[in-house]
Amino acid sequence: MLYSEKVLDHFANPRNVGDMKDADGIGEVGNAKCGDIMRMYLKIDGDVITDVKFQTFGCGAAIATSSMATEMIKGAKIEDALKLSNKAVVEALDGLPPAKIHCSVLAEQAIKAALADYFKKQGIDPTPFVGDINTECEACHGCH
Amino acid sequence: MNKVIYADNAATTQIDPRVLEAMTPYLTEYYGNPSSIYSIGRDAKRAIETAREQVAKAFGAKVQEIYFTAGGSESDNWAIKGSMDLLKAKGKTHIITTNFEHHAVMDTCKFMEKHGFEVTYLPVDEEGYVTVKQVEDAIKENTGLVTIMYANNEIGTIQPIAEIGQLCRDKGILFHTDAVQAVGNVEIDVVKQHIDMLSMSGHKIYAPKGVGVLYVRNGVRLSNLVHGGGQERGRRAGTENVASIVGLGKAIELITEDIPGRIEKVSKLRDYLFEQASKIERSRINGGRKNRLCGNFNMSFEAVEGEALLLMLDLNGICGSSGSACTSGSLDPSHVLLAIGLPHEIAHGSLRLSINEHTTQEDVEKIAEVLPKVVGRLREMSPVWNKLD
Repeated sequence: MLYSEKVLDHFANPRNVGDMKDADGIGEVGNAKCGDIMRMYLKIDGDVITDVKFQTFGCGAAIATSSMATEMIKGAKIEDALKLSNKAVVEALDGLPPAKIHCSVLAEQAIKAALADYFKKQGIDPTPFVGDINTECEACHGCH
Repeated sequence: MNKVIYADNAATTQIDPRVLEAMTPYLTEYYGNPSSIYSIGRDAKRAIETAREQVAKAFGAKVQEIYFTAGGSESDNWAIKGSMDLLKAKGKTHIITTNFEHHAVMDTCKFMEKHGFEVTYLPVDEEGYVTVKQVEDAIKENTGLVTIMYANNEIGTIQPIAEIGQLCRDKGILFHTDAVQAVGNVEIDVVKQHIDMLSMSGHKIYAPKGVGVLYVRNGVRLSNLVHGGGQERGRRAGTENVASIVGLGKAIELITEDIPGRIEKVSKLRDYLFEQASKIERSRINGGRKNRLCGNFNMSFEAVEGEALLLMLDLNGICGSSGSACTSGSLDPSHVLLAIGLPHEIAHGSLRLSINEHTTQEDVEKIAEVLPKVVGRLREMSPVWNKLD
């Protein structure tokens, strides 16, 4: 399993790791049976994500993609965070081994789940913005 | 850069300098084809026969019962496919094995099933052992072969080989054992233990990769797996891997010199690791302690994923392995850990360390110091940890 320097850096020195007491939105995806769970916490002010934290149970790639994804959306507008694709996370990490692409899908889903939670708390139906979120890992079976 | 602590000897080992020294002339000076008539070929041929004697001596076998192969996997494939190919003419089409064999045996058995053979996979107990009674109960009219690993590669549990051998001999059934992990760690006597076929590999005992042995008791009939030239008395074709064979011979001589001394030294260090790592909360030792390879350590740590654990140990200069799905490249964690009844989420968080006689007290102390820290750090990051009851 060959990881890029960037993946190893984000694994060894994860950015924005930890929990957040007063989060405006929390999203969790994956399950322990598959060996990956990601939880994202968002702090939102107006339409800007002012702070992000993550907690991840998973392999090196799962931790690195979580870390990179939080960096990419911190300070971003909600509409831009919604556009973050797993592909962009993979590119930012200088690539991932094929068997690990599902980790980046999980990171994208975790952000969307956290934003959906935020919308719900605001009394807004998240479906038009976020679409269907796969909180289980059925979506990743094909990637292994 | 700190010293790297290599604790993955069940995966492969470093070549012993004495082994390398024995091999070198056969790469440089005596490079002749052992089947050739001139002296540099004859010298190579003689060296192969010396290695054959060294292997035979280690197992209490006769020289003509030792066949060199390209490794443990080939030996396993040959034993199973070669024996059943001839037994099927006698109506013997049933194989008995366990559900926690190395893939070289397990996948060969699955291949045999696809080709019309019947296979019984005996379930091991939660400590990782199979019993003679289980084998006996599984024997049928058409059973031709029992293949059970000597010691498990992940959890190190040693199976009751002599008893199973005796049973098979009494019943007139062939008995093969994959002893890749066992050689050098247990006293093997193919006569006393009634072993008909035994597989071993060079690179687990400080010889090079790509060379192995199949012991085949005189009188056991096997069809060829590799067809071609008349090497290995016409039973295994291909120009011999002379230098590696010489290395394997030297290595097995060295490793079987003092097995009890080796066990005493290494198990002490391993037990220290178990004792220290068991202090980590929500951890468990995988596999029974009683009959276990002296260098094998296997534990699971809840709420931690194995590959992340390995990467973090690597950052601290420690090399190990895991039964996590993420390290196997498949969706499921290790079939061995599932076979002993571990739930998926616990199996994902497993760590195997395999130490040897070159491991020092200082090394295990370093591991014992680093391990709780990295488990703790990963648990801090884990959304699962605080949710455990």
